[in-house]
Amino acid sequence: MSEIKLEKLDENRWLLPQTGAMRVPGIIYANEKIHDLLKHDESARQVANVAHLPGIVNFSLAMPDVHWGYGFPIGGVAAFDLETGVVSPGGVGYDINCGCRLMATRLTLPDIRDRLKELTEALYRRIPSGVGSTGYVKLSGKDQKKVLEEGAAWAVRAGYGTAQDLETTEDGGCIVGADSEKVSARALERGKQQLGTLGSGNHFLEIEAVEDIFDETAARVFGLSKGQIVIMIHTGSRGLGYQICDDFLALMVKHQTETGIALPDRQLACAYLSSGRGQNYLAAMACAANYAWANRQILMHLTREVLEKTLRVSPRELGMRLVYDVCHNIAKIEKFSVAGREKKLCVHRKGATRAYPAGHEDVPACYRSVGQPVLIPGDMGSGSYVLAGQAKAMDETFGSACHGAGRVMSRSQAIRSSRGRSISRELADRGVLVLAGSKGTLSEEMPEAYKNVHDVVEVVHDAGIAKKVARLKSIACIKG
Amino acid sequence: MKKYELFDHTADLGMEIYGRTKRDLFANAAFALFDVMIQDVRPPTKRGGKERLKIRTVQGADVEDLLVNFLRELLYGFNGLGWVLNRGSILACTNKKAVAQYDVETYHPKRHLIKTEIKAVTYHGLSVQKIKSGWKARVIFDV
Repeated sequence: MSEIKLEKLDENRWLLPQTGAMRVPGIIYANEKIHDLLKHDESARQVANVAHLPGIVNFSLAMPDVHWGYGFPIGGVAAFDLETGVVSPGGVGYDINCGCRLMATRLTLPDIRDRLKELTEALYRRIPSGVGSTGYVKLSGKDQKKVLEEGAAWAVRAGYGTAQDLETTEDGGCIVGADSEKVSARALERGKQQLGTLGSGNHFLEIEAVEDIFDETAARVFGLSKGQIVIMIHTGSRGLGYQICDDFLALMVKHQTETGIALPDRQLACAYLSSGRGQNYLAAMACAANYAWANRQILMHLTREVLEKTLRVSPRELGMRLVYDVCHNIAKIEKFSVAGREKKLCVHRKGATRAYPAGHEDVPACYRSVGQPVLIPGDMGSGSYVLAGQAKAMDETFGSACHGAGRVMSRSQAIRSSRGRSISRELADRGVLVLAGSKGTLSEEMPEAYKNVHDVVEVVHDAGIAKKVARLKSIACIKG
Repeated sequence: MKKYELFDHTADLGMEIYGRTKRDLFANAAFALFDVMIQDVRPPTKRGGKERLKIRTVQGADVEDLLVNFLRELLYGFNGLGWVLNRGSILACTNKKAVAQYDVETYHPKRHLIKTEIKAVTYHGLSVQKIKSGWKARVIFDV
């Protein structure tokens, strides 16, 4: 139980006052309902812990999907000064560049209704998923180096997609400055077999239908219309990202005393951004981020092939197009206005999505009139949201919004409360066909294990950091 | 004395591990890690489940860091090399160094059912302490 008292700032924000060795206060985005949930876990304490790190700017922030993680809370956002601040592998998370990719099609529900089972089974067979799954892209050492340094562009060059896909991928699907020499042999080995795989746990591929449009103009710009079939992919950098995080975490813990930084939690182990270790981590992290973008690009290509083959439609009839690909576990050097001056900062988003507003130079030209698409998947039964970043995000949250619904039940609680029930049957009754590698995964990921995504999205919308554009209803889901 | 028990954590998996001695604690931690992850569903085949003896020396800044590094090494054995731990013993253990010897066999999907995928060992909420009956550790794993 947290003893931290939060002060209500307005309907959607709570202040965590600066106390003890905290260098800045915290702000948690939450309504009353979400605020009540905070009392049951340690996430507020974790927001306070992050505020202890050197060079943190303005506030330690948490989005409304905040929940107890390790080190940083999940849903945490923190920006650091490049000269006095730090980078923390635990502030990015193990699954570096875990993210979402949304693809639009020209199909509507009647086009697939009768073949939904066949289509879902075909996707399940083609998209490698589950623990330790290996991909059909086998990388040579030379190719792997290119994947790590070039990201999604490598995948497009290798025939998995088109150059147009890169335009609507965050950062064009590549973080500059990736250096594969900074990646350990262990991480490289784990990455060799897993390119083009979904993984397990909360990762998924979902067929969804656009159910509601909240903002006609933005939806038109994003190419979304009511009744349209879209596909959402949620996955990251697989074992490679995990190993990179773990390698640098171990290294930074080992040398933590040399930095003279006192930490309230060892999982926050960090290095100054100006130090060799800090720079090496950023170069290795960028490799994992690029690998994840290549991974999602390949999965999109496989999905396109399965849809064309199973539904016997031409590429033109299918019209699959990447709406956007956004990462939600990352540390990036981005520009913000701090005390009236433009400054480069290192923004950590641990379970948070970039949400740049209309007019921002890093929003793809085709979306610049309305803002960057923000992809928020909910639980398996509730569907997902598409939002558009708003100007207030630049003023308040370092251009960030939430990344999902956020867990509310532990995995073992979920398994206990699903005992004697068939989660796949319950989901089928709600109109969602689910194929999963293990029954355990389905229980852990059952809808009640998550906060209500509608509540989370309303907070972000009402707070003015991203506005609702469309709601997507799940129709079929494959999980590892 | 029970070897370990699980506690609830919103996103991940918490484990409390016990041991009469520090060596015991480390051996039970290794057992617990694989007990949570893997269930043997078939006996080893002559071809597949060949056992190999491994000896590892692990170091840490203190006993907590040592435990994390020890579990990390075993987890890499599974996630990176496909080793399933069978029997093991801790040959020596101080606060900064542990020497472990264990038998491993290659993971085989037909013989080993993965009950829980453990992806990483974290430092969050980590503790190793001496208690009346011996030693107790708390570790949170990323799953």
